[in-house]
Amino acid sequence: MAEMTYRQALNEALREEMERDGDVFLMGEEVAEYDGAYKVSKGLLDEFGERRVVDSPISELGFAGLGVGAAMTGLRPVIEFMTFNFSILALDQVINSAAKMHYMSNGQIGCPMVFRGPTGAALQLSAQHSQACETWYVHSPGIKLVTPGTPADAKGLLKASIRDNDPVAFMEGELLYNLKGEVPDDDDFVIPLGVADVKKEGDDVTIITHGKMVNVAMQAAQKMEKDDGVMAEVVDLRTLRPLDVDTVIESVKKTNRAVYLEEGWNFLGVGAQIVSLIQEEAFDWLDAPLLRVTQADVPMPYAKNLENLAKPNAKRVIEACNRVMYR
Amino acid sequence: MERGRSRATVQGGCDDVTTDMATEEEKSVTDGLHGVSPDTARQLLRDMLLYRRFEEKAEEAYAIGKIGGFCHLHIGQEGVAAGCIAPLRESDYAISAYREHTQAIAKGIEPRRVMAELFGRAAGCSGGKGGSMHLFDIEKRFMGGHGIVGGQVPLASGIAFSIRYRELDELVICFMGDAAVNQGAFHEAMNMSAVWDLPAIYIVENNAYGMGTAFTRVSRNPIEEKALSYAIPTTVVNGQDVLETYSTFTDLAEKVRDGEGPQFVDVRTYRFKGHSMSDPVSGTYRSKEEVESRVENQDPIALLREKLFDADELDQEMLEEFDAEAKETAQEAFDFADAADAPEPDELYRDVYAELNPNGRLFFDGLDRPDFAR
Repeated sequence: MAEMTYRQALNEALREEMERDGDVFLMGEEVAEYDGAYKVSKGLLDEFGERRVVDSPISELGFAGLGVGAAMTGLRPVIEFMTFNFSILALDQVINSAAKMHYMSNGQIGCPMVFRGPTGAALQLSAQHSQACETWYVHSPGIKLVTPGTPADAKGLLKASIRDNDPVAFMEGELLYNLKGEVPDDDDFVIPLGVADVKKEGDDVTIITHGKMVNVAMQAAQKMEKDDGVMAEVVDLRTLRPLDVDTVIESVKKTNRAVYLEEGWNFLGVGAQIVSLIQEEAFDWLDAPLLRVTQADVPMPYAKNLENLAKPNAKRVIEACNRVMYR
Repeated sequence: MERGRSRATVQGGCDDVTTDMATEEEKSVTDGLHGVSPDTARQLLRDMLLYRRFEEKAEEAYAIGKIGGFCHLHIGQEGVAAGCIAPLRESDYAISAYREHTQAIAKGIEPRRVMAELFGRAAGCSGGKGGSMHLFDIEKRFMGGHGIVGGQVPLASGIAFSIRYRELDELVICFMGDAAVNQGAFHEAMNMSAVWDLPAIYIVENNAYGMGTAFTRVSRNPIEEKALSYAIPTTVVNGQDVLETYSTFTDLAEKVRDGEGPQFVDVRTYRFKGHSMSDPVSGTYRSKEEVESRVENQDPIALLREKLFDADELDQEMLEEFDAEAKETAQEAFDFADAADAPEPDELYRDVYAELNPNGRLFFDGLDRPDFAR
């Protein structure tokens, strides 16, 4: 094991996959000379040259589509969105081209590619730069969605995503890039898509979550254990498509109570799908309604106090857990 | 690479199709065969006859309910499919929008497999899952009909990026309608193609109308100026003259292969039918007289026929033989499609993903489905 930041873990994954496969290239705004807006691609230009590390113009729709065209002819593009907020401009190419190409062409033409970058809010970036984009991507069949919350998951899952033969949206977080954690030294450390990770075991209540919120769930679970002796189980989905439903259902059957925590908006959010699956497949095991902790149903405000009110936090998770435990 | 095209210019130039084309026709008749060999010219005639008869057969099939959904015919624009694609190599790629039946045939897909796709049959070139607007054949390097206006333009740039990345002696041609040049995707793709010197020819099939809106009503400047600000050399071609088109594209393909970077071509043409089978041929946006005059004077098949007659390279008997052959192929395509099977029900879930991960769930509809879809 080596301790490294989430940023370094992503950088290592990119470097290793580019060394491993000459068809992998990185394209996006500021990825080359500037070393990446968040320095995820630091040093890659020097190592791989401008053929494979390509600074794009600010044209999200255009370079996302260019990536799809390159993938249609067998390259494995990694398309960086400076943030997924800007990928809203590119959604036509993601949904109408990347996600449907393999199906429309009857399996003749695939899109083995990754769209990656941070999603969700950072600090006081206000409405247009602070939105969790998972739902827009995961809603459409044909594209996979990966949301690592720790450095180890970031590395292992990015490597798996680059090797996957379908388009994968890989969502990171600005506030995660400096997060430190242990990452296995294994030079081919790959985490398969579709496997959730129980980040903390417990019998009293299940907190299901993904991405950056894994860390908020852990704070809440640790506080509940310390303050009240409540043992919460934290299930990190890690990938939303494919989705490890079995691990969720198994945990709910053990605790009989669950809370979904996510950074995005509530209405038709990821949690809505998870809640639906739980009631379909574990209805008889439930002892309480399923609750969701999400962002307030408003555009993200700028003022610090309002932003704090809008974001999900450990306190709100604990309140929700207490409600489903009737405490 | 030396960038010698900071001031791109427009080459060629025919009168706008919406202006008087009759004199153009008279001139072009005396122009000979544009340096195209009589054999090639006759082959182009046979190609265009096939495209015409194929589309007429599709029209007939649509009318009796054999083809559903949207169906955009290429009748009147056959010279574009023939003249732009015939000069290419098999290893070159073509990609298009949704008026692409004849382009798919021109790139080598068998007419019967195109017709079967229009019929929604398993033997179709997209297995019945794509339909009229999404014809694909990776072996023939026909990279799709695409249904969102302008959406295929960045894809073409990506294909060209691949070619350059792998240093191959190939190119991509990208067809789009005139309305596509008002889409952001078009401009973003043009800019990147120019910046990276991508081996691509972008073709605007300029039939003067985006559905029912005249191009001149939605743009201050003409198509031929649209790529100039990206320093992409631009050529104007009379697409109703297939020999001029063929000869121009032969030259352009060579330039692109020589590493000169992308080319942009404003191919002037005219659609003889409605925007799609559900639309009227004429009406509020263009007059019956205008359409009749174009059909009368600007039919690419008739224009080539007359040129070949004038040059003594075609006689009536040969023409009738070519036409009979085209009609037979179209009928055979119809019969094949009509007799072909619909896709199996389990095709519904097949090929949504190229890779079914061994872990986790990919489908969430709660319906029974074959094991391969999990």
